[in-house]
Amino acid sequence: MMSEAGGGWTGAVRRRAERALPPAKLLPDTQPAYMASWIYVFGVLTVAALIVVLVTGGVLALKGPAWWHVSGTGKYVNSLHLWSVELFMFFMVVHLWGKFFMAAWRGRRALTWITGAVCFFTSIGTAFTGYLVQQNFDSQWIAGQAKDGLNSVGIGAFFNVLDFGQMLMWHIVLLPFVLSLLAVWHILLVRLRGIVPPIDAVPDPADGPTREAAQ
Amino acid sequence: MTQRAHKRAVPDPAAFPTRPYDLVKEFTIALVVVALLTAGLAALFSSPDAKPVTLASWSRADGADFTATAVSELGGTSGTAEYGPPYNHTPGAAQKLGPVGLQSAAGVRIPVDTADDFVLRPLRDAPEPPAVSAGLAAWDAAPAAQQQAWTSAYSDALAKAGGGAPAKGDYGPVPVLIARLLGLARSGALDGELQAEGKFYQTDYTRPLLFLSDGSYLESLARAEHLGGDQWGMMNETGNYPGQAWLWLYTFWYQIDPFKSSGNADALIWGLMALLSLGLLLVPFIPGVRSVPRWTRVHRLIWRTYYREQAVERDRQD
Repeated sequence: MMSEAGGGWTGAVRRRAERALPPAKLLPDTQPAYMASWIYVFGVLTVAALIVVLVTGGVLALKGPAWWHVSGTGKYVNSLHLWSVELFMFFMVVHLWGKFFMAAWRGRRALTWITGAVCFFTSIGTAFTGYLVQQNFDSQWIAGQAKDGLNSVGIGAFFNVLDFGQMLMWHIVLLPFVLSLLAVWHILLVRLRGIVPPIDAVPDPADGPTREAAQ
Repeated sequence: MTQRAHKRAVPDPAAFPTRPYDLVKEFTIALVVVALLTAGLAALFSSPDAKPVTLASWSRADGADFTATAVSELGGTSGTAEYGPPYNHTPGAAQKLGPVGLQSAAGVRIPVDTADDFVLRPLRDAPEPPAVSAGLAAWDAAPAAQQQAWTSAYSDALAKAGGGAPAKGDYGPVPVLIARLLGLARSGALDGELQAEGKFYQTDYTRPLLFLSDGSYLESLARAEHLGGDQWGMMNETGNYPGQAWLWLYTFWYQIDPFKSSGNADALIWGLMALLSLGLLLVPFIPGVRSVPRWTRVHRLIWRTYYREQAVERDRQD
């Protein structure tokens, strides 16, 4: 049997993970009773839309960037990708405003807010590179316009929006990878800190962690 | 702990009453709803796919614009030729953010010589009629001042002719070279030559896109689709689609002074947006901004059930 402190680095990482997020905290079947508003749905809707974005993008990747221009099925999959992105961004922005008005960074949750904001910026970059690799008129025009903004601050010298190959790699590999990691980190932080209590809420001392509210 | 800090401490969620909540069920329902919504929107509205402009389609549709642009590429007076970093060294062309010149600091990392890359090399790479060979030889033998005089005079003559045949003048070999380039473009050969650059595999469209962007044809098509910079174009796309609506703030600055009339607009707006983005990131630490939720009281609506129950509880105790 492994000792409490054994297992080397692996054991240390496991013990730390178990301490921070035991299964009941990672996937709880109860939530604070104050979590009762439609605004809470937009976080999970954002995650759901991200999954649809990744799956539809994955199908487009299977067939290559030119497929959807010459195939009816491809066009529909591209439309799924486009509309899931529109929904994803809509849900995320509503989620962001909701969290702002809840001051959801309170109680050591600043990093949760920051990872969420970085997710938002990364999503904008991912969507932007998506527009660049459509291989149509929109891509040409957006690339021609966007280069000026990026060049004006020196970024264009390294991140060339006119280089289709470079943008395709950013869009289908680098940015989705970073966004997925950030999203997982963000969700784990939500689970770690729990749902932020209402502003100025003071718990009744009689309400312990084990007490269930009457339904 | 001070009284003030104590008052503001945020309690542990575990200290509040709980209720059953099925996260997995909620996620599954959300996924199904979003997938169905996406499928419905895609079936109803599809997605835009306007055909790209090629050098061939441009030169066939608007030969005068192609010709005028090609002359400016040869004479070094086009937008790309005078762009500055990262394409070339053009004194004073780089934008600045106050005293900071990030565009210059990044340097010329994607060198583009418009005369050679867009005109002369494609002409040399294609089978040359004798007149073109002689024209290229004459161009190469001429001093730079003479080359500029030819292209400048020919540009002026083209502008005066307004799309018709330019008046006779001393244009050196320029008309022959440009006419051949127009022929190559119309045949579709120029697209391949600019793209391949002697290689087989190629995924970098920098040169053909820069050439296209220097003409006015691409922009005229874009403006017809409300994609111009002063038409909030950054957040639009072809057709009636939502586009990148989330870029509304970024494109907003281009619509107002002092940005819209500034030669440094791109750098200034980038700087401003970087600052605002940093602000969003650091909202939890910015005094005043982080208190907006408390002042606006939208939270009273979000947690109305909790606050109502609290009020009832207080009344009961009183």
